[in-house]
Amino acid sequence: MERAQILPYGPRAVLVETPWPARCARALADLVGVEEVVPGACTVLVRHDGDPRTVARVRETAGTVDGAGPVDLDSRTVVIDVVYDGADLAAVGSTSGLSTDEVVALHTSVEYVVAFCGFAPGFAYLEGLPAELHVPRRSTPRSRVPAGSVAVAGPFSAVYPMASPGGWNLLGHTDVPVWDTTADPPALLAPGTRVRFRSVSSTRAGAT
Amino acid sequence: MIEIIEPGLATTVQDHGRPGWAALGVPPSGALDRSAHDRANALVGNAPDTATIEVVGGGLRMRALDRHVVALTGAWCVGVPMDVAFTMEPGDVLALEPPAEGACTYVAVAGGVDVPRVLGSRSTDRLSRLGPAPLGRGDVVPVGGASEVCVAASPPPGLVPPRAAPSLIRIWPGPRTDRHVDPLGHLTAHAWEVGRDLDRVGIRLTGSPLVRTRSDELPSEGLVTGAVQVPHDGRPIVMLADHPTTGGYPVVAVVDPADVDLLAHLRPGDRVRFVLVSGAATDEGIT
Repeated sequence: MERAQILPYGPRAVLVETPWPARCARALADLVGVEEVVPGACTVLVRHDGDPRTVARVRETAGTVDGAGPVDLDSRTVVIDVVYDGADLAAVGSTSGLSTDEVVALHTSVEYVVAFCGFAPGFAYLEGLPAELHVPRRSTPRSRVPAGSVAVAGPFSAVYPMASPGGWNLLGHTDVPVWDTTADPPALLAPGTRVRFRSVSSTRAGAT
Repeated sequence: MIEIIEPGLATTVQDHGRPGWAALGVPPSGALDRSAHDRANALVGNAPDTATIEVVGGGLRMRALDRHVVALTGAWCVGVPMDVAFTMEPGDVLALEPPAEGACTYVAVAGGVDVPRVLGSRSTDRLSRLGPAPLGRGDVVPVGGASEVCVAASPPPGLVPPRAAPSLIRIWPGPRTDRHVDPLGHLTAHAWEVGRDLDRVGIRLTGSPLVRTRSDELPSEGLVTGAVQVPHDGRPIVMLADHPTTGGYPVVAVVDPADVDLLAHLRPGDRVRFVLVSGAATDEGIT
């Protein structure tokens, strides 16, 4: 079985198709000649120095990546406190045939892993969302989703790091800063980070 | 310090941007025409990554509040010294008319624009709103100390000619050429017109739309500066420095890195053609 397919992306990049983007990105990031790796949903974009030997190195290493072992070397799991008062909570429940309590119970029942980031700084696509909560994006996006909104769309969940337009379904909100340019690292959630959500009633939510 | 009397249409602080954070969703940003930016810095004795003022479409009027050594490069503006270091005395006003050709002019000041860095860069990112806000009327721009700066007696080697919009752009095949009817043939066979709403994020092109061969969604994947992405309406978008880090529309081609600086000089209504880099049509090096 082909573990990784390499697609052309100009003279200074390739796109690696892989079932394990976060693991693959981690394996490729420190190769000689690799300048940057950007995981996607099923891919890793690799920017490189243009040397054919670098591309060969990327191809060979990508072929060794499989689904075994943890992605993140950090043994913690980030726990995010959420007040489940989102504007779409009831609608998600009704689409799934669930009560809002059941939606909350399901959303908080699993451990998520950050598959990749995109759309905005610190916006992490969390995979692991229970299938019952897979609902499509809203047909009309909102022009403004508040920062800290906890949302779902398709197979992913996410926390909006800053206010922005958005089409995801809002389940609740958190006060945890998931993006802070003065922090090191600036993003709370990076590819491979494990995450759990915890339901709280107070607005003074935090993360541990 | 420098006072902004009038900012112009799209004037921001730029340096080499903040590459390397794309895995966290941060666009690379940075000067759209890096060669012109670097040359402006060289002319005033700054290191290449020093922050300049990037002026798109002219219109900037600025007053020196101190004595400053300044240089202008990129799209040439009438009535001001171009591609040479000159001195502004306190009270002197510099006015950049909209350029007749090209779009992007760099104003380098000896010592550099001294605004705070965000993630290591002073660049304004118009998409993610990182970095300083675009320059506005009345802004006072701090300039770094220039005591260590040495302005060369003769211009530094290398030449950045007066910029004009390119008429031909070289491209390589992108990763997703299997979702449209002969996308590379279509891209290179037609002339494209630059749309009105171009910005630092991307250039939208109008012309004969590409025809999709499949309608299934493409999962989000990484983008690079110069990527030519085709949304559902079949009209290509060329990614520029503030591009989103991932996208769900197929990238059919990538602009050759040597031509990316020229993209900065395209203006609404300009017509442009793409040409495939020779030997790039096959999967050479990628098997």
